[in-house]
Amino acid sequence: MTDIATYNFAYLDEQTKRMIRRAILKGIAIPGYQVPFASREMPMPYGWGTGGVQVTASIIGPDDVLKVIDQGADDTTNAVSIRAFFRKVANVAVTTDTASATIIQTRHRIPEHPLAAGQVLVFQVPIPEPLRFLEPRETETRKMHALEEYGLMHVKLYEDIARHGRIATTYAYPVKVEGRYVMDPSPTPKFDNPKMHRSPALQLFGAGREKRIYALPPFTDVVSLDFEDHPFEVQTFDQPCALCGAENVYLDEVILDDHGGHMFVCSDTDHCEKRRADPASPLWEGRAGGAGAGDQAATPATPIPALRADPPHEGEGKEAQ
Amino acid sequence: MTDEPLLRVSALSKFYGSRVGCENITFDLWPGEVLAIVGESGSGKTTLLNCLSTRLLPSSGTASYRMRDGQWRELYRMSEAERRFLMRTDWGFVHQNPADGLRMTVSAGANVGERLMAVGDRHYGNIRATAVDWLSRVEIDEDRIDDEPRSFSGGMRQRLQIARNLVTGPRLVFMDEPTGGLDVSVQARLLDLLRGLVTDLGLAAIVVTHDLAVARLLSQRMMVMKDGHVVESGLTDRVLDDPRAPYTQLLVSSILQV
Amino acid sequence: MATPLVVSDVAKSFTMHLRDGIRLPVVAGVSFSIRAGECTVLGGPSGAGKSSILKMLYGNYAVDEGQIIVHHDGGLIDLATASPRTVLGVRRQTIGYVSQFLRTVPRVTALDVVAEPLVERGEDREAARLKARTLLAQLNLPEKLWSLPPATFSGGEQQRVNIARGFITDHPILLLDEPTASLDARNREVVIDLIAAKKAAGVALLGIFHDHDVREAVADRVIDVTAFAAGKIAA
Repeated sequence: MTDIATYNFAYLDEQTKRMIRRAILKGIAIPGYQVPFASREMPMPYGWGTGGVQVTASIIGPDDVLKVIDQGADDTTNAVSIRAFFRKVANVAVTTDTASATIIQTRHRIPEHPLAAGQVLVFQVPIPEPLRFLEPRETETRKMHALEEYGLMHVKLYEDIARHGRIATTYAYPVKVEGRYVMDPSPTPKFDNPKMHRSPALQLFGAGREKRIYALPPFTDVVSLDFEDHPFEVQTFDQPCALCGAENVYLDEVILDDHGGHMFVCSDTDHCEKRRADPASPLWEGRAGGAGAGDQAATPATPIPALRADPPHEGEGKEAQ
Repeated sequence: MTDEPLLRVSALSKFYGSRVGCENITFDLWPGEVLAIVGESGSGKTTLLNCLSTRLLPSSGTASYRMRDGQWRELYRMSEAERRFLMRTDWGFVHQNPADGLRMTVSAGANVGERLMAVGDRHYGNIRATAVDWLSRVEIDEDRIDDEPRSFSGGMRQRLQIARNLVTGPRLVFMDEPTGGLDVSVQARLLDLLRGLVTDLGLAAIVVTHDLAVARLLSQRMMVMKDGHVVESGLTDRVLDDPRAPYTQLLVSSILQV
Repeated sequence: MATPLVVSDVAKSFTMHLRDGIRLPVVAGVSFSIRAGECTVLGGPSGAGKSSILKMLYGNYAVDEGQIIVHHDGGLIDLATASPRTVLGVRRQTIGYVSQFLRTVPRVTALDVVAEPLVERGEDREAARLKARTLLAQLNLPEKLWSLPPATFSGGEQQRVNIARGFITDHPILLLDEPTASLDARNREVVIDLIAAKKAAGVALLGIFHDHDVREAVADRVIDVTAFAAGKIAA
């Protein structure tokens, strides 16, 4: 068989993969530290997951089973394209089933199904530097990381409370890793932050345009930053998924018509489909916290008005833009 | 008053290649003392200030600082982490252009609170209460606390910069032309405010200025610099009322009378 | 401490570097002492160097030659060679000074201008203000002016603020540079009373008074400054 997958497995040449693997290993050795790497041009535009794709290409083997999600969904353009890409260049098995995947490349979500040891979650990261919006100089942010000067990160949270009365950051919510590096968890909703904490899966982050890789080895402490009098809270929804009835999962708003009709459904399509196919499964019990939910999952959460299902508010739930 | 100085500077020199930035500067600064460094542009006063505040490393010489625990530390032998920590806790630096010392895109309250958060304060309510207190001390209305300094006038920005620096109770503040670029009426208010804060808090300060009136109002001692050298130093009123060096006489005689 | 200040062989000249280094001698061979509980007056015509001598004693002018020995903080200090820090200490603790003109600071009220020397010596601000009120009342400064910055005051009003500021402390030595120059007769009397009170408290005063009546009223001793004319010694 002399197709593209056997001519050069997984698109990248071996030297490049070696270079990226070294960056990944360094990232694993220093959890939360942004390792620079020589990001390659990929056959897709920046912003479409070039960082995640390079990480995946560097770690994937012929026996791997790949799942790709975009904002939780297996069936959106980005997810479908990347899955097709790897089927072509690596000839690997692909799946939408979270539990049976060995590598899950994700854009902005962590699956609702708990991840297990041996699985690898690859995040696509647009802007890896959590301090960037407050400190534009790369030389300075690197120094701040090196010297552990993270007061500025709380300035951002302070601004949130001053403006909104609460920490209004809902995605890319900064975390402290193993008590040392402050890290941007990529634009996942903060709902997923507790799932990162002591997850048994390996979590890798790739930023193609910014040329950075960072990592969370399994069972790493990941603590969301907060104030004593404004503790970290995840979003809650005051109604279940309109399709499968799941509670304590992350919901997306779906617009149904141009008269204001809408509903909230699971963002994780695989999770939602499985629940609908087998509503009686014992799998759906006692799993509210999601994968690897550590101490933080126990934090009492209050409903956030911005995400209330009804009535719809203009622009709300759109902070991610 | 303690018997020990706060800062000891000995034979400090900074060369840019073969050009002299400042040369052979020696002085002691005591707690609560305000020292003015005056001279024209290019006299080396800003180079000296930057060396003293460790923003610039000198070519030779030493400067020692008495830390809060009473230990003397040589500034240029401290690690960068220690120097930066000193800079945001026990020291302040007031820039001529407030935009250089402020974060223009975050609120006034966060500008004041940043240093507190940097030293580990994690209680929003306390941080905000402290910010409110400091804004009132620099005469900024409490209802401006959530506004960005971009919407402030030059004088307000400068006062905000001062509050941001003083919130951690520093013992030494460096000021680079703190009133430069402000209208005279705004200048007068700022000077009076600074004078009051320096007295009330017992701050030691090193103020670089080309304005002899600023030096007269704020400082007890002054050093006159020319071409990188100190040409005259002493009590501020002595230097201004009985200038001895030719250059100082020129400076003093050049003041415009109103 | 009957003789808290001794001046010996002090000389002063100005070198005008902007005018080809021309040297203007002011005084030379200045030697005298002042005694506690006495008011010594420097006499002589304008330009004889009276003010310069006072300014040297206050550390405001540099001294070319000689010594100015002052009892300070339990020891003896030569003001002619003392460090700026020592001079500041002497000003805070030992030598008070009433200048000819008040140097006003924007936005500081008359009351606080007067109270400031006490506050600088560590006295409670309210206590200092209370003393300042007493003095300002004694000097007949209208009470409505107390809470205003003195910059806009008349010459006489400013001078009274200045006097109150100088007299509020209990410095053992007090220098007076024409304190009554712009005062009316009634307030001159007040100043004479204040000086008498200082003398009674054992303060050593050294002053310049152009007003003949005041000088007659306060002077225990007159030192003729023309004796220290710079040319005379050289001749």
